[in-house]
Amino acid sequence: MRQIINFILRYKNFLLYLFLLIISLALTVQSHSYHRSKYFNSSNWLTGNIYETTSNITTYFGLGEENKKLVEENKRLRKLLFNQKKEDSMQLDTTNITYRVVASQVIKNSYSLPRNYITIKKGSADGIKPDMGVITANGILGIVENTSKNFATVQSILNTKSRINAKIKNTNHYGSLVWDTKDYNTVQLADVERLVPVKIGDTIVTGASSSIFPENIPIGVIKNFDLNNSQSSYSIDIKLFNNMAAVRSIYIIENVQREEIIELEAKTNNDSQ
Amino acid sequence: MIRNSYFINIIRFVLLILVQVLVFNKLNFFGYINPMVYILFLYWYPIKEKRQLFLLLSFLLGFLIDLFSDTVAIHAAATVTIAYLRPTIMRFCFGVNYEFQNFKLTNTTRAQQITFLTLLIIIHHLVFFTLEIFSFENTLLILRKVLAISIATLILCLLLNSLFSVKKE
Repeated sequence: MRQIINFILRYKNFLLYLFLLIISLALTVQSHSYHRSKYFNSSNWLTGNIYETTSNITTYFGLGEENKKLVEENKRLRKLLFNQKKEDSMQLDTTNITYRVVASQVIKNSYSLPRNYITIKKGSADGIKPDMGVITANGILGIVENTSKNFATVQSILNTKSRINAKIKNTNHYGSLVWDTKDYNTVQLADVERLVPVKIGDTIVTGASSSIFPENIPIGVIKNFDLNNSQSSYSIDIKLFNNMAAVRSIYIIENVQREEIIELEAKTNNDSQ
Repeated sequence: MIRNSYFINIIRFVLLILVQVLVFNKLNFFGYINPMVYILFLYWYPIKEKRQLFLLLSFLLGFLIDLFSDTVAIHAAATVTIAYLRPTIMRFCFGVNYEFQNFKLTNTTRAQQITFLTLLIIIHHLVFFTLEIFSFENTLLILRKVLAISIATLILCLLLNSLFSVKKE
């Protein structure tokens, strides 16, 4: 017993170091595998408020630019609206909508790490829940991962954990959107079969088999493509429409039917086992 | 006098975190270079203080930076490692001198100070980027990042150090 106590006393610094290191390694490894710890992210009260304060100050310097972007987007949407054929009142009924949209702002952006997260200003008090899609006027941005009362963190598409269903526009050839961490304006579309006709300049949009994003949200254009090592599928480089270094106004999309879809899928999986 | 030193350290702790997350984490020089100037806290921290407290403070420092930058606990692991290794590094840089009662960082030569800071930075960045990238396939990428960001961190730390050097202590 005495020896044990002596041992602990002699190596107390080392033991403390080991203890702290193991805590941090455990947290890190756990986060690599799946959803991160709910509490240790920048959506919490302290970091959220500090980021919000500084972003409130810095926004003033970009207001003109931001206005121009929003007017541009309004113009596009109005054009769509005016050229739409007459709808009957059935479709204006709010009980029929599938997607709800919430507008918000980015208060912290990051694009230089392998796993990037964006912090936004709306949280669970505004109805934001994990696994909602986040887009900007130009295209896709990411998926909500954690929420606190007033803030939420978004897993950016520039994140090695991110896998989003995407397809080549106007076709039914699907792949999954991943990121190789090399360039923050380029992402990769993996698992596209080699029989698919691929051309440089083709537009990539979100696919239909995601319960998070609506179909046909723009992502980017094909920059170049190559057959992978096994020669069975393409790896395609996509230049993003979004400028990931300067995102500001965003929209959060909620799929109202998502819970129903998930429930159904879970039930089917259970039945087949 | 002692209370004064506590006060200075607390101010440093808070200011370095804020400067790191609000200024240097947004630098993105060449798209990926974000110098980590908060290492200066470990460089400036008094030598004679209790080691356990120092380890805990370093862990807290790293962990707070992690909270802000959404990296779970990678900064914490790297910072606690250099905090633990600091006495060893100091013995390597300053020889047995540093164990004397009247040893002060400002009494050492410029070359010794820079070696000390460089070693702290390189070990920190090695641990950090190994954990961040987390695969041995990318050894080259890790080394390239460590090298580039170490240089950036070193330059900025030296600048900040000469700006806020504590001559009176």
